[in-house]
Amino acid sequence: MNARSIATCLLGLLFLSPSVHAIPTIQHWQTANGARVYFTSAPEIPIVDIRIIFDAGSARDGDKSGLAFLTNGLLREGAGQMDADMIAQRLDNIGAQLGNGSLRDMAWLELRTLSEKKALQEAMELMSMILSEPTFPEVAVHRDIKNILVSLEADKQNPGALAKKAFMQAVYGDHPYAMPLQGTAESIQAMTRKDVRSYYDKFYVARNAIIAIVGDVSRSKAEILAELLAGRLQEGEPAPRLEKVKPLQEAVTVYVDHPSSQTHIWVGQPGMKRRDDDYLALYIGNHTLGGSGLTSLLSNEVREKRGYAYSAYSYFSPMRSLGPFTMVAQTKNDTAADALNIMSNTLREFVKTGITSEQITASKQNITGGFALRLDSNRKLVENLSVVGFYDLPLDYLNTFNDRVSAVTRKQISNAFLRRLHPDRMVVVLVGSKNARRSNSQSSARSATASNTKAANH
Amino acid sequence: MYPTITLDRRGKIFMKIYAKTLLSLLVFLALPGLAQARVYEYLLANGMKVLVKPDNRSPVVVQQVWYKVGSSYEYGGVTGISHMLEHMLFKGTEKYPAGEFSRIIAANGGRENAFTGPDYTAYFQRMEKTRLEIAMELESDRMRNATLPADEFLKERDVVAEERRMRTDDNPQARAYEQLRATAFVNSPYNHSVIGWMTDIQNYSIEDVRQWYGDWYAPNNATLVVAGDVDPEEVLALAKKYYEPVKPREVKKQKPRTEVEQYGERRVTIKVPATIEHVILGYKVPTLKTTDNPDDIYALEVLAWILDGGSSSRITSELLRDRQLIAGGSVSYDPYSRLQTLFTLSAVPARETSVEDVEAALRGQTDRLQRQLISEEELDKAKTQILTDRIYQKDSIFYQAMQLGALETVGIGWQADEAFNEKIKSVTAEQVMYVAKTYLNDKRLTVAILYPQQPVPDFARHKAATVVHMQGER
Repeated sequence: MNARSIATCLLGLLFLSPSVHAIPTIQHWQTANGARVYFTSAPEIPIVDIRIIFDAGSARDGDKSGLAFLTNGLLREGAGQMDADMIAQRLDNIGAQLGNGSLRDMAWLELRTLSEKKALQEAMELMSMILSEPTFPEVAVHRDIKNILVSLEADKQNPGALAKKAFMQAVYGDHPYAMPLQGTAESIQAMTRKDVRSYYDKFYVARNAIIAIVGDVSRSKAEILAELLAGRLQEGEPAPRLEKVKPLQEAVTVYVDHPSSQTHIWVGQPGMKRRDDDYLALYIGNHTLGGSGLTSLLSNEVREKRGYAYSAYSYFSPMRSLGPFTMVAQTKNDTAADALNIMSNTLREFVKTGITSEQITASKQNITGGFALRLDSNRKLVENLSVVGFYDLPLDYLNTFNDRVSAVTRKQISNAFLRRLHPDRMVVVLVGSKNARRSNSQSSARSATASNTKAANH
Repeated sequence: MYPTITLDRRGKIFMKIYAKTLLSLLVFLALPGLAQARVYEYLLANGMKVLVKPDNRSPVVVQQVWYKVGSSYEYGGVTGISHMLEHMLFKGTEKYPAGEFSRIIAANGGRENAFTGPDYTAYFQRMEKTRLEIAMELESDRMRNATLPADEFLKERDVVAEERRMRTDDNPQARAYEQLRATAFVNSPYNHSVIGWMTDIQNYSIEDVRQWYGDWYAPNNATLVVAGDVDPEEVLALAKKYYEPVKPREVKKQKPRTEVEQYGERRVTIKVPATIEHVILGYKVPTLKTTDNPDDIYALEVLAWILDGGSSSRITSELLRDRQLIAGGSVSYDPYSRLQTLFTLSAVPARETSVEDVEAALRGQTDRLQRQLISEEELDKAKTQILTDRIYQKDSIFYQAMQLGALETVGIGWQADEAFNEKIKSVTAEQVMYVAKTYLNDKRLTVAILYPQQPVPDFARHKAATVVHMQGER
């Protein structure tokens, strides 16, 4: 039997029984003070993963850009009677790994520890104290600000980071998603301990939190852990609804001069929400357009056919409000204008003609056939529980996923792309060497010649 | 003012309070129930090694095929050719023309890719468990039957050049590491990076690629690793069906190319457009493969965790938090390298701190390890971290397969993975001091310092001027 016939035979099986394997059951409850808990038991290895997520990302920065990031990072710098060294020592002594992070929508603290009784107890007590009794020592505030300034400097030598910042700013204008996670040198230097404290008091509260627990514990133990973790948080209020993202009114091109050998190309617009009627249609369609690695249209046009770039891809970032739709590639400065044309044309063509029946079949096969791969570790389960919880998706979201993917039609996808994406009103960001753009200006209708005269030189 | 206490004192005060928790945890970590899941080893008639690690937590499987060839097998003029060949293996066979491999894997819900390192080239697929046979049929086909078409080659060579631009040329820190290796190693093939020098990349011929394929791609030079929800006997049967028919061929013997002795400290400066400084110290150290004293290797591993394992490690607690000399720092050491490798300490200076002060601080760290025994508490903490981390690693079947594949491919043998925990437990403070003295000394040291040149234009300052509204376009 050759691979093709095996493939055909197995695909038949797959569509007859899309979810033969046990998909983990998500259990859900609330702590006494209103934090929502999502739990899946995974007793096979003696570890526990716990993540607590707050609607406290940079979208909540207000006029203090970078405050969410600063606050999140400072949690572990002092709690109760402990300084940062004491916290670190106690965690490391039991091999517990505490992580933290923040994005535009959310900020979180996560713990991985052994499920062994004493280690688990110690780790949970520490995490609870960090969460509910942070002291934000002045010395740590000052030090973190200093180091964030270095990190902001580092971004300037990274064309990808520069492109992303310029892209988000141009796509989102005065919406809070426009601002960089770590803020700006100006905004971050103006921060005080008081700012951090009041941000914490407002957003690190139980009713603004969800907890995801996966690991070698029973439901009843998980309930105790959740209370231990969140029980001492103020009840508080959920964060208010985010303002709506405004659609782009016109095409915008941003040039950033950078002494790099490649030009980083970012193209996009506001895309979709996590709870979006078009979520699956746009997700499946994008899988064909630029979301499936080497087999996608963008990769085929930019990389396989022309050898212009190592990576060319597109994605929707589903968020609380409309997250961005983004196409990205990097190519040597000489070929940037041509690569941009190809990307734009590929998108325009896809939006115009819609998805073919071969394409939708291939994308569905890959998405549904690979579903088990999204759930094959505790780490991934925590991730999935977090998304279900944070965006308030149905508890059977994972169980029904394949069926819902299978039910999406060609027409729905084509229609969604036509309604939602506007190839003539996109943001284009080019970060790279200006000289190359000038020398290559004739090859592109979107040539930079006009703008070069306006672009400031350093 | 913030009270400053020395770490050792803090550590001791603290340990009195928490010693109980720690000791009981080390006992727990010694429990037999935490032993590694069994690895099944087979040898096919054509000399191909097969390793199977069952893990039935999820209905998935990963296949990895590892070839004993990588950038350390290369010589001047064709550096990076192993990686170039890896790219070309996606360009089709007689049976499955360009694109078919990826299309079939995708149609079966799979994820696939490949990676090249100094000591190996490996191809992998992650699939729902019933699709293993498809992955095996395809992977065994390209072990011998890749067509390596000339027209595809020229485009793919451009792709690799773009990859180098992205990963290395436009990344000041990556350039610094590349220069560090080029300076530290004189005749060892570790002196060039995996992706190779740009001039070599741009001058590969298709004949170079074909020859490399003929030289190294043979079942007797490969290891198949399968991990996941599988029955080892069934995996063996499939492996016999698909891989055993591939005929073995003679594989060239590698010249040793053992690095010549270093007679004193070396330095290299990297002056490129950049915005932040970077200091890297690289010490030449042995690995499990190169040493006659394996105990040294485990002691170096513990030492690496003392310096940079968790937030209480010396680099973070002393240099970043307490003295505020660095904005970030890290230590790296790969005990599974095939040849003598670099143990590196690197850091980005904090604001208003000079690279000289940061270099002195990093050297101060190795210096102290040579002069002062680490406390039993600090030793136990590092061991606990290493052993718990090993348990956490069981969460990823892909990572477990990688450990086995790498060990087997560099010639250490996968069994070292099973022995690892016991070896770590037996490391003493004296051994850590001994390896610090023996290996982390100036005669083995190369220092690389990145000095940013010409300021990169400040985006925030120029953004207003560079936003161009293109009205009326199509």
